Amino acid sequence: MTTRDIVFIALFAAIMAALAVFPPVMLPLLGVPITAQSMGPMLAGGVLGARRGGLAMVLFLALVAIGLPLLSGGRGGFGVFFGPTAGYLIGWIVAAVAIGWMTERVWHRLNYLTACAICVAGGIGLLYAVGVPWSAAVANVPLSAALIGSAPFLPGDVVKALIAAAVIVTVRRSYPLIPRSAATSR
Amino acid sequence: MLSDLHVPGNSPVHRARPGVKLALLAVFCTAVFILDDPLVTAMSGALVALGYAAAGLRPRHAWTSLRPALWPLVIVFLAQLVLADAGTAMFVTGRFAVLILAASLLTLTTRAVDLTDSLRVGLERLSPRIPADRIALAVSLCLRFIPLVRTVLEDIRRAQWSRGLERRPLALLVPLIVRTLRTADEMAEAIEARSVE
Repeated sequence: MTTRDIVFIALFAAIMAALAVFPPVMLPLLGVPITAQSMGPMLAGGVLGARRGGLAMVLFLALVAIGLPLLSGGRGGFGVFFGPTAGYLIGWIVAAVAIGWMTERVWHRLNYLTACAICVAGGIGLLYAVGVPWSAAVANVPLSAALIGSAPFLPGDVVKALIAAAVIVTVRRSYPLIPRSAATSR
Repeated sequence: MLSDLHVPGNSPVHRARPGVKLALLAVFCTAVFILDDPLVTAMSGALVALGYAAAGLRPRHAWTSLRPALWPLVIVFLAQLVLADAGTAMFVTGRFAVLILAASLLTLTTRAVDLTDSLRVGLERLSPRIPADRIALAVSLCLRFIPLVRTVLEDIRRAQWSRGLERRPLALLVPLIVRTLRTADEMAEAIEARSVE
């Protein structure tokens, strides 16, 4: 891990924090506000790769845990890890690592479609695979009920995955970071 | 903008070592979950209330820590009401409230700096192989980056607004990432040139 890696990890943890104050987009049909923050794990994984992307999420959540109000809506502090939706926060780490890992695998032939597939699989599939059973377990509700409860966020998350994929592909063109890191860290 | 949620004070709860508070919190929350009993939850709720009183915190502070979790809690309450009964709904929701309030007590009475310091010391003691100085570097860099990224985002938003592009997420995110990555690269070079490494 070079100084450059550490600086990038710190940067993406900070970008996560900035996404919390990004103007929320309203979904026209459902009226569910979608905040930009959950795009962070996709961007971190897709731009930095598995290792640095995952560590950026760990750093961000550590800063939240020590009491900085960096989650959207100004939430923060140790308490957020004990709420019913804490699984999604932990899921961000899993999602960033998975998206980073998949992006590294297809880096040389990454296009918008593969990036979309990666973001949907990691940022929605895996994220929900952690978050839904977690909230079912801590809230004592059956899995199906937790799944229904998370359904309103699905359309927004799909939109975010599509945007994140476009960002990843565009940034790759002007600022490719993954191959160089693969050469130095392995 | 980057103030933590700490409420200054000089009570025994404030003065207790952050590491001790963290360990107590871990034991407390695990116990509440494992024992899984309404009576235990009620008692631990009383214990948390006692902790808030001992720290000289007002109900207003408890409310500010609970308020962000309000909607998820209401949803959980309603789900339990439908799936089980009112008693279970009260128990499950109450347990969340107790756990969140207990964890917030740590945040409210401990400065973020002290928590980071004790975390660093704890990590160093845990294993000499953990690069504690690098973790400290990452934390301080991130604290520096947060206001920077927000400023850059505001700049880009103004620029794209003048082009009529302020509603296009791509027109904001791509320049934000590319521009801050460049800054990060320069910063990494500066750090290495000064041999902070």
